[in-house]
Amino acid sequence: MMVETLEQLLPGFLMPPINWALQLGQDTFGSAWPTVLLVLWTVIKVVLIIAPLLLVVAYVTFCERKVIGWMQVRIGPNRVGPWGLIQPIADGLKLLLKEVVVPSGADKTVFLLAPMFSFAPALLAWSVIPFNDVMVLANLNASLLFIMAVTSISVYGIILAGWSSNSKYAFLGGMRSAAQLISYEIAMGLALVVVLMISNSLNLGDIVAGQNKGRFADMGLKFLSWNWLPLLPMFVIYMVSIVAETNRAPFDMAEGESEIVGFHVEYSGMAFAVFQLAEYGAVILCSTLASLLFLGGWLSPVSFLPDSIFWLFAKVFLIICFFFWIRATFPRYRYDQIMRLGWKVFIPVCLIWLTVVGCWMMSPWTIWK
Amino acid sequence: MEFKTFVFYFVSAILVYASLRVVTLRNPVHAALHLVLAFFSASGIWVLLQAEFLAIALVLVYVGAVMVLFLFVVMMLDINLDRLREGFWTYLPLGSIVALLMVAEMGLFIYGSFYGLLESAVPQADRGYSNVQAVGRLLFTEYVYPFELASIILLVGIVAATALTLRGKRRSKSVSPGEQVFIKAADRVRVLHMPAERPD
Repeated sequence: MMVETLEQLLPGFLMPPINWALQLGQDTFGSAWPTVLLVLWTVIKVVLIIAPLLLVVAYVTFCERKVIGWMQVRIGPNRVGPWGLIQPIADGLKLLLKEVVVPSGADKTVFLLAPMFSFAPALLAWSVIPFNDVMVLANLNASLLFIMAVTSISVYGIILAGWSSNSKYAFLGGMRSAAQLISYEIAMGLALVVVLMISNSLNLGDIVAGQNKGRFADMGLKFLSWNWLPLLPMFVIYMVSIVAETNRAPFDMAEGESEIVGFHVEYSGMAFAVFQLAEYGAVILCSTLASLLFLGGWLSPVSFLPDSIFWLFAKVFLIICFFFWIRATFPRYRYDQIMRLGWKVFIPVCLIWLTVVGCWMMSPWTIWK
Repeated sequence: MEFKTFVFYFVSAILVYASLRVVTLRNPVHAALHLVLAFFSASGIWVLLQAEFLAIALVLVYVGAVMVLFLFVVMMLDINLDRLREGFWTYLPLGSIVALLMVAEMGLFIYGSFYGLLESAVPQADRGYSNVQAVGRLLFTEYVYPFELASIILLVGIVAATALTLRGKRRSKSVSPGEQVFIKAADRVRVLHMPAERPD
């Protein structure tokens, strides 16, 4: 399987050395070679996903500062390197060299584990994300369910950070952020339930493939048969929920300057940076999910252009820019208003739309067959 | 040793260790965290048995929701360990009798229904087999009445939780956002046009 995929992806002149290496491995390991090869190939794929992802996470922070700068008629970071391009690396180095202060009376193990709890799920979820119809690390049957389960773990990072800091402010902030995450997870989950209902599958690849058919797709206007149009209310709810899920403006209670009771007030140095990495990692993950579920993933918007992974990247970039845009535009929500929006507006709308879509699917006017 | 067997023993060792720590640790938050670890390892074992839907549901429901609420409560507790340990010796005989009874019951049940399990093979599913579909089909055909009954019990639970936290009419004054959004500038501010007058 590996060899065929490589033959598709790589230019021809690279194949002889690879074949030579495969032959060498065959000679060295003998009958154990297929197992060794499988492990090696999986590790290579993991590195191929994680390494660019970390780089993108670093540059999304830079991109955010630039884009928000332009929106507010500023220049943004422009000192380190040409056009400020080395800024994220300088920031990373600075944070690495800073001391991680552990507050007195803090539960040290849990205090240091908490940032990992929030970052690891954002990385783990990438194991089932498909990039096109062949490029996926683990093609699970229930990949959407897997992502929901894995991302629901990240709330532990917040709760534990708040508790282990041994500080009232961090504790209250942790409680608030955790309650916010749980509330919006319900609305988000219900939106995903509607998507999997109409796709008749929990597999992300199948969900994307299901968006490739329909009346508009036959006419060549594929972007009108993607899920965002028939499920427009769910799409809107999902987009707002992911902003709340990732703790970003206008729902960034943890960073409110006027009432700093965030779960990470006691963190410094790299431990704090890992929380920020987790936030941006979650932003990229949620944007990718939104483009897979509602915007057709790697499908091209019109049928005369070929489907490609670059369409997926373009859509993810658009959604990330949407995150920047609302951050630069809206004032911060008050906490009770956040909870009201989640529980009293989104969840009832989701439940009603769930019923509506269910009836629609069973009616003779169904568009999903 | 086959790789799967190795994974099984590895995960089971973690599961046993975590479960032991749940009952032996003094700090309730640490105990709850070990319970989370135990759930994780259990779901790992279920994945080995090809019950991926159950495994994911265990993580989603127990780790992602139940244990979070549990931690919420446990963190709020202010537990005095000395008071907890006070009656240890007086309660020990009664406690150990109950524990022995439970172990005996579970042992009988497990021995009765799963004797000879080691010889039986794990049913192997073919590649296209979807766990989720199979569970869903069973729930909505064969087990539809128990399923509906469970949902009614859950509904009763929701109503009861709401009723318990509802403490009479709200006394505090608050604005209704529904009315708030309909306010126009003209409702609050009147702009008067006054022509300039020449002082006499």
